[in-house]
Amino acid sequence: MEPRDTGTVAVKRGLAQMLKGGVIMDVVTPEHARIAEDAGAVAVMALERVPADIRAHGGVARMSDPELILKIMDAVSIPVMAKCRIGHFVEAQVLEALGVDFIDESEVLTPADEEHHIDKHQFKVPFVCGCRNLGEALRRIAEGAAMIRTKGEAGTGNVVEAVRHARAVMGEIRRLTSMAPEELMKAAKEMGAPYELVKEVAQLGRLPVVNFAAGGIATPADAALMMQLGMDGVFVGSGIFKSSDPARRAKAIVEATTHYNDPKIIAEVSKGLGEAMPGLEISAIPQDQLLAGRGW
Amino acid sequence: MTIGVLALQGAFIEHRKVLERLGVDTREVRLPEQLEGLAGLIIPGGESTTIGKLAVTYGLLEPIRAKAASGWPVWGTCAGMILLARDIGGLAQPLLGLMDVTIRRNAFGRQVDSFETWLDVPELGGDAPFRAIFIRAPLIERVGPGVQVLARLSDGAIVAARQRNLLVTAFHPELTDDLRFHRYFVRMTEEATKA
Repeated sequence: MEPRDTGTVAVKRGLAQMLKGGVIMDVVTPEHARIAEDAGAVAVMALERVPADIRAHGGVARMSDPELILKIMDAVSIPVMAKCRIGHFVEAQVLEALGVDFIDESEVLTPADEEHHIDKHQFKVPFVCGCRNLGEALRRIAEGAAMIRTKGEAGTGNVVEAVRHARAVMGEIRRLTSMAPEELMKAAKEMGAPYELVKEVAQLGRLPVVNFAAGGIATPADAALMMQLGMDGVFVGSGIFKSSDPARRAKAIVEATTHYNDPKIIAEVSKGLGEAMPGLEISAIPQDQLLAGRGW
Repeated sequence: MTIGVLALQGAFIEHRKVLERLGVDTREVRLPEQLEGLAGLIIPGGESTTIGKLAVTYGLLEPIRAKAASGWPVWGTCAGMILLARDIGGLAQPLLGLMDVTIRRNAFGRQVDSFETWLDVPELGGDAPFRAIFIRAPLIERVGPGVQVLARLSDGAIVAARQRNLLVTAFHPELTDDLRFHRYFVRMTEEATKA
């Protein structure tokens, strides 16, 4: 038999490419997962609690119970993702052993290591990691992340931090593309990112991996906003199952993500969706409870 | 000549980039009126359930079926192959149902089982094998009498096939630098335009 190479860079980054233009939804039960799949989600994130509840619950947030993750994997045919704590490579090993399709090394859970992220090259399963700016994105890619997302501020229903992070990444990419070659080393030093990746981004005019929006997206217009800002797709965490009519809102966000440049369609799908999740003003959150500052 | 790429979800930009390298004009298709004037259509990889549901909601299945019935070339990669199939083992999801094949979704397992390998594809001409990337890929379990098999894995599994104006691949030529499958589809489209 011809050799079959698994876990290659092309295979890991390729799955993220297949998710583009789509919506990945947080779910906490197999029933939620089926609602998400029926609404047109491209993948689900299997969790015990959505970020809004993690925020309310307090304490240490860890990887979900494997039994719950397996039940959600059995419930749907689309890819299933799960979160591990930043730096907790054994949680990641467990998730890989369960056969999840993607691991989110996530600031939404309580970090297990404040200095090191996981060496993601050691895994066959692809990883997605959060970022607030280009330097952070490139550090995660250098560690082996196959996909990047904005951190935003999860569990708030407030899109402002996701916009800040998306604009930071896209603006810094635009800045690199206009630099003279000798300026790239200085840029790499300043942003704390590997020179080879800085050079690659300057040449490509984009990240070498898929880049989704996450953290605070609650409405179809929020999703289309992130797409128009140049993101490749969106994660919706608490925004769907903390709203009054999750199935309708989920379908509306899927349609707005596809037709992100068509305001008439966004208007149509936004009609009568009921209450969005209750939002949180970022300045009202105590500094030590902000999630985006976890990881570096 | 303009070739459309169904842009409801998935890796549609990758297909456009390859076609543009071949000097072919492209258009993203999200609504039925965007099909007008196209010489052919590529249905990209992505999630077949997502693409199928959006195609139903926005009324794309019927016009694509009608055009394909008149000999209009359509190429489905991965999720696109699933959408073109007549039978996917009884799973309830929207399909175009144009090609006389039976397909098994996620046939190789989950993402950790996704792989790359070399394939012989004699129809592309020459001896050079094709680097094929399979991502949570489907395979073809049965082909009808009018279907030509273009490539098999060494265990016999069918992973590329053609039925007149319809082309399917279980893998992703748009993720490699090998342009031969896109060139092959462009030729199919040119021949259909002349006919």
